[in-house]
Amino acid sequence: MTSVRYHIRHDTRYDYDQAVGESHQLLRLTPRSLPWQTCVAHRIEITPKPQHLRSFIDSFGNKVDALHFGAEHDKLVVRSEAWVELKPRPEIDLEESPTWESVRDLLRYRSGEKVSAELLEATGFRFESGYVRIKRDFAEYARGDFKPDTPVLVGVESLMQRIFEDFTFDPEATDISTPVTTVFANRRGVCQDFAHFMISCLRSLGLSARYMSGYILTKPPEGKKRLIGADATHAWLSVYCPKFGWVDFDPTNAIRPNLEHITIGWGRDFADISPMRGIITGGGGHEPAIAVTVVPEDEFTELYTDADLPALDLAGEKP
Amino acid sequence: MPAGLIDSYPFLPDRYDEMLVDRETVRPHWKAFADRLEHLPESSLARRAQFVSDAVEADGVTYSLHTDTLGTNRPWELDMLPLILDHAEWSHLSAAVAQRARLLDAILADLYGDQELLREGLIPPALIFGQQGYKWPCKNLVPASGHFLHLFATDLGRSPDGSWWVIGDHTQTPTGAGYALQNRIVTSQAFPDAFRELQVNTLAAFFRNLQDSLARMAPSDGETPLVVLLSGGPFSESYFEHAFLARYLGFPLVEGQDLTVRDDTVFLKTLRGLRRVHAILRRLDDEACDPLELSGRFALGVPGLIGAIRSGKVLMANALGSGVVEGSALFGFLPAICRRLFKEELLIPSVASWWCGEPPALEFVLDNLDKLVIKPAFASMRRESVFGHQLRGEKRDKLIASIKAQPHTFVAQEWVRLSQTPVWTGAAERPLASRSFGLRMIAAATPEGYEVMPGALVRAAPHSGLEVIPMQRGGLSKDAWVRAESSAHRTTLIKKRLGVIDLLYSGNDIPSRVGENLFWMGRHSERCESSARLLRAALARISSTDDEAEGELDGLLLAARKIGALAAKDSDELPEEERTREALLLSAVSDLKQYGSVASNLQLLTSNANHVRERLSTDNWRLLNRLEQALQPPPVTIDQAMGALDSVMMNCISLAGFAMDDMTRDEGWRFLILGRRIERLARLSSMIALVLKAEQRASENMLEWLLEAANAIVTYRARYRRMPELLPVLHLLVFDTSNPHSVCFQIGTIRRYLQSSARELGHAVPPIIDELDRRFSRFDLTVFEAEQCAPGRSQLSSLLTEAENSAYSLSDEVHRRFFIHTVSPSRLRGAA
Repeated sequence: MTSVRYHIRHDTRYDYDQAVGESHQLLRLTPRSLPWQTCVAHRIEITPKPQHLRSFIDSFGNKVDALHFGAEHDKLVVRSEAWVELKPRPEIDLEESPTWESVRDLLRYRSGEKVSAELLEATGFRFESGYVRIKRDFAEYARGDFKPDTPVLVGVESLMQRIFEDFTFDPEATDISTPVTTVFANRRGVCQDFAHFMISCLRSLGLSARYMSGYILTKPPEGKKRLIGADATHAWLSVYCPKFGWVDFDPTNAIRPNLEHITIGWGRDFADISPMRGIITGGGGHEPAIAVTVVPEDEFTELYTDADLPALDLAGEKP
Repeated sequence: MPAGLIDSYPFLPDRYDEMLVDRETVRPHWKAFADRLEHLPESSLARRAQFVSDAVEADGVTYSLHTDTLGTNRPWELDMLPLILDHAEWSHLSAAVAQRARLLDAILADLYGDQELLREGLIPPALIFGQQGYKWPCKNLVPASGHFLHLFATDLGRSPDGSWWVIGDHTQTPTGAGYALQNRIVTSQAFPDAFRELQVNTLAAFFRNLQDSLARMAPSDGETPLVVLLSGGPFSESYFEHAFLARYLGFPLVEGQDLTVRDDTVFLKTLRGLRRVHAILRRLDDEACDPLELSGRFALGVPGLIGAIRSGKVLMANALGSGVVEGSALFGFLPAICRRLFKEELLIPSVASWWCGEPPALEFVLDNLDKLVIKPAFASMRRESVFGHQLRGEKRDKLIASIKAQPHTFVAQEWVRLSQTPVWTGAAERPLASRSFGLRMIAAATPEGYEVMPGALVRAAPHSGLEVIPMQRGGLSKDAWVRAESSAHRTTLIKKRLGVIDLLYSGNDIPSRVGENLFWMGRHSERCESSARLLRAALARISSTDDEAEGELDGLLLAARKIGALAAKDSDELPEEERTREALLLSAVSDLKQYGSVASNLQLLTSNANHVRERLSTDNWRLLNRLEQALQPPPVTIDQAMGALDSVMMNCISLAGFAMDDMTRDEGWRFLILGRRIERLARLSSMIALVLKAEQRASENMLEWLLEAANAIVTYRARYRRMPELLPVLHLLVFDTSNPHSVCFQIGTIRRYLQSSARELGHAVPPIIDELDRRFSRFDLTVFEAEQCAPGRSQLSSLLTEAENSAYSLSDEVHRRFFIHTVSPSRLRGAA
């Protein structure tokens, strides 16, 4: 398999019921560069123009754009556009991974023993965080896939499969504030919920797992054409395994991400990597309208007609 | 007394006693004080004890536990007897506290920086990443001053063998320095001679150094540094201390909404516009400081604050995220870290602790539960400490199960049998009791290193035999006297040469919120006073059998209804029946739920005053505390109500006196006076208009109480020596600009203040006030010389109604112009 290129357009629009006097926003929208992912080009277009814009790298290595608006405004439109190139990820034989107990023990503290930078980083993803709970119930649920001496990635793959089968995708069942315990009780939710739940299970076993934020390529229904704005942001997770590093799993689709998952970044959970996070004064009611379009390079010109052609048109510039 | 005072002190042989070596022998450094106590007459000791409790009450010292109404603050309890420490011991303690501050500061720098301590296995990662105290957004932030800890507090206790142990550290928003200072002020006054004779180290220099260091270490870019004290507001546990410290250090006391971040720079919203803030001494928890990057409640914090810190534009004291080293879980790891970082041994060890996150420690703890105190590992957990031996049966099993489930969140500590110190009970048989106590010591970062406050906050157990001394559960506090080595070491109180720090405080930096609260303080105090006056006049007439008085009561009730002091709308019929009238008036005095009652206005007044506490003098505070108590318990009879109203009036008058005589005449003060004058203009105009609109005979019957309600009866009698008549009354109450209770006096004053405000803050004077002034000065009073003066009456009453409306428009105008920022921020609705 050779590499593939995608164009992503991610629009967020807030129409405020009342004017907003002041607003601070943090955007985490820039796809990270990874061994198998190159962000060829990226730009963010913001209306109205912020008074102040600064970028920094957060403690997980994600790029953040910090905006401040000091003048009154009644809408906020953010368009993020990127060209991203994916290469096939290295093949992994799950059976080759170390036993889950050995990974768990490796992540435990041993007094006076030096810890590698890689292991220390992994330890940061082993405990509770805002959306992720450590609970005996979760460990119990996961235990079925983690029999003694099970290779850790075999266990994770099997847990992912089980969550995929046990849980129902239901956008009405949850919102951003739904606790992971409720998701578990009702066995319903969306990609974020499944990611948080599976991370909770893994951390409850003493493993390190992080929350991945990004996009996924969708296929238009049989016989239909691809539509602009028909996609959504996506969430999955990554597990730390000493031999292979971080390995991604997508419980919403029961697959291991490869050439159809575009990574923005990661954190301990959604709160660390939400695409937009802000504090406003005024505003009244405001529900965001979000439109995401992920399109493979070869469908790009077919999808975008002249009228709504993205600003970031690299199609013609390809080497 | 009482020779034998010391003999009656219950000496516990199995504990270390601070005062006694054994039952007979007083320790040398206590000798002078103990002798003095024995030689003071009983009455003198009792008087001093009373002085101390009166002073604490009068100063309104409180420590409140998540109060949601202002009335439930817990009063601070101060024992009059100081704890006395000799110099050598103090030097040892002080060196140890400074070392510990330096150590925890270095650990924080590592945890938010290279994390070498974690990589070398000196600190378990679970101890850091497994708690909420570690603030991920603060990773890699470098404090502008180079210090994470600017203020550090640590609790020490002494075991039976006489050695000291650290029991707990406070690194996030260390409380205690202000309370210690307050205790010092009171205790040194209770024993002024002993204080002098014992050559006690004073605290002033420590606070001056703290103040100076913050200013010097702030990134000032060549500007005069502005340091603010950031508080969570009057509902914070230790708000008393926030206000007290802010006032003592001369830092504006601000709340999150007073600050704004623009271009990664922090600004204070003042009446004159935005002023850059260079350093923030914060008393807000880590979590609450920046709702943008942390997850705390947005109402308290400052969105974008971390961005300003990231850009190095502001000094945060203490640095955000400092709370991570607060829990006692770290104790066991400190000796090795201290050796690794400083090649030093800990001068004072921490109390033996076992962090359950390590399997061998967990095993030990479960085997020895009865001998240990079980505590939460991390300060962010807000879980209570428990003594293992006090748990039985189900509770014990439950605790064991919780420990096993999440061992890394528990720590067990050796149970230290704390040393004893005398406290004053005043009981005839045994005036002295012995109590376990802990010593809270404070250190501050200075450019020359950590300096330790030469004193301490002593917290004693509320009962003998009790070992846990949590601040939240009350308990007794004491001052600690450290004897100077020699008289030469006593800091002189004569102030040194003026430095930059002395130029810091300028009246220009008045937060808009402070202006707003002062404005409303003025309005509410005037409301309280005028309602009290009117209701008192009504209550005085209600039980009268005199026909004339009864006639006057009708008018008074109308007036009270008009100014909104009664639970009756303008359209409501007023009751005829005496008991109903009485009930109506009583509830107008004391019903807290009734809008417009004296009680509810008093509550609003206190709330405004609480928000500007640091700007009021101690005497002013005392007055406000008395005012707050004026309706406690709520009066239920007419006599009680009249007494209470007298007290409200007297205290409101004193409050107004303080405003004129005792407060710096800055822009804030001007708003206080404006509020008062605007309110008085509205109420006075409204009452006089009511009288003018009444039918002529009834109207004449109203003049007596009108003079009374307008506080002008004495002037009238002295001037005219006759019964009230319409023309002279109107002249006195409306046009006489020498009468501070006249309409034209209010207009003149309001106009003057608005003019100077306009000059200084650069905006136009609202035209409405000039217009009002012109209309009144042109009014021809001779129309009232005629026998039939109906046209004059209606002319003047409509002018007064206009004055009332203008007063309200002016209030709105002041709001629009100066206090517009009061909209609170909210979180943007998330998008997946």
